[in-house]
Amino acid sequence: MGNVISPLPGIFYRKPGPGKDPFVEVGDAVESGQTVGIVEIMKQFTEVQSDVAGVVESFEVEDGAMVNPGDTLVVVREGQA
Amino acid sequence: MRRLFIANRGEIAVRIIRTAKEMGIATVVGVSEADVDSLAAHIADEHALLGPAPAPASYLNQDAVVAAALEHGCDALHPGYGFLSENAAFAAKVAEAGLIWVGPAAEAIGMMGNKAQARDAARRAGVPILKGTDGPLRPEDDALEIAREIGYPLVVKASAGGGGRGIRFVHHEAELLSTIEMARGEAGAVFGDPTVYLERFVEFARHVEVQILGDGKDFIHLGDRDCSMQRRSQKVIEEAPAPDLPDVVRRTIRESSVELARQCGYSGAGTVEFLYDPIRQEAAFIEMNTRIQVEHPITEQITSVDLVREQLLIAYEGAMSLMQEDVAFTGHAIECRINAEDPEKNFFPSPGRIARLAWPEGSGVRVDSGVGEGSVVTPFYDSMLAKLVVHASDRPGGIEATLQALQNTRIEGVKTTIPMHSTLLSRPEFADVAHHSKFIENMPDLLEAP
Repeated sequence: MGNVISPLPGIFYRKPGPGKDPFVEVGDAVESGQTVGIVEIMKQFTEVQSDVAGVVESFEVEDGAMVNPGDTLVVVREGQA
Repeated sequence: MRRLFIANRGEIAVRIIRTAKEMGIATVVGVSEADVDSLAAHIADEHALLGPAPAPASYLNQDAVVAAALEHGCDALHPGYGFLSENAAFAAKVAEAGLIWVGPAAEAIGMMGNKAQARDAARRAGVPILKGTDGPLRPEDDALEIAREIGYPLVVKASAGGGGRGIRFVHHEAELLSTIEMARGEAGAVFGDPTVYLERFVEFARHVEVQILGDGKDFIHLGDRDCSMQRRSQKVIEEAPAPDLPDVVRRTIRESSVELARQCGYSGAGTVEFLYDPIRQEAAFIEMNTRIQVEHPITEQITSVDLVREQLLIAYEGAMSLMQEDVAFTGHAIECRINAEDPEKNFFPSPGRIARLAWPEGSGVRVDSGVGEGSVVTPFYDSMLAKLVVHASDRPGGIEATLQALQNTRIEGVKTTIPMHSTLLSRPEFADVAHHSKFIENMPDLLEAP
């Protein structure tokens, strides 16, 4: 398993903007370096990328939830889909 | 009975409450769960919970805001700046709910929110506009011919764009037509409106603006401001009046801004923004903001006019308290936006608890703040903590007094942009008015930690 960890405090978003599709859904294949969400802090937006290639297993926080540095955001099952 | 709902937070909520109190108006401030303990919530007569911390669930939730204002028996609503302040649909909703909207009519907000419409209105009022298409570029227009007339480099802008989005640069004729096509496609997809227009591109421009007031019958200006010191298109230092403007330019932008307000039958406070090209000595219309602005205190300091009071008088009584001949200008004012950001980490936001706080004092010093000692700076909203405003008899004295006031400011617990202000105000380019809106970006070493 590869956990995607929040590097900073803020609000976690699964979508690039209101009305847009989520970056990834559970079951989607992701590449290493692919953006899986955004953390917003004081109107500055930081993209969060997966460190590993694999399949999205679960989201550990809800869209729009408050996160702290070190919180697990997404669990990725390493390897092929 | 007069009871004002403040649909905003931070320093502008505090600022509005202060004037409302002086006028004997009761105040109710709408707050999110993160702001229940804020300075604004403490000093208002009441506060109303709007919803959870993220702005879309609270400060941007139009129905929740209107419902809270009605539940708390308010008869008027002030939107401040940002959030819903320039949302025409919200302004209409507030009026439909039977509340007085402290701002211009929804139609005026809507018109100025559309760049091509705003530019057209400006042109009709005799406001100088940047050489470009008069209104939208129509599909049947000869874009090549029009672009030759404007000259290169130029920009293709989406009518519905804003905040730096929906803009494409064209340096050579060969890339014009394909860029227009791309911009139309993008504008349609992103903004739901494929309309674009062309405009001359000015590389080293200053940002100057004119404060206007109107009550639907009379229209006046309260002078100009310069907001050229910007970082990533965000203003960081503002001053009034705008330094080193040729008299003819100053007179033209002031008088034509008043004319624009008159043509719209404008009611409320507004700002007409211009790009000033110091080489050609030409000013050109950018946009009109239909709200109170962050930098309004510098105008208040040089005119002794309380702009929030005028907004409330216009909304409640339908008339402002002064005419153009009543406006007199004194001295020079400088404003520094103090943000909770870490200059040593590329200005990354610095939330936290303000452990210690001491503002400077003294004649000519004004601090508009949204926080106090012990306040928690949350990660949910923008990073501005306060505005330090200094008024002096002239510009060199103002720069010196501002540097002194910055030195006398103590904020512990969060990092702030105070060191950046000291660096910028000490630069010879600022003293000589040789700076422009890309000055900070063009000098990457400028803000690096020593």
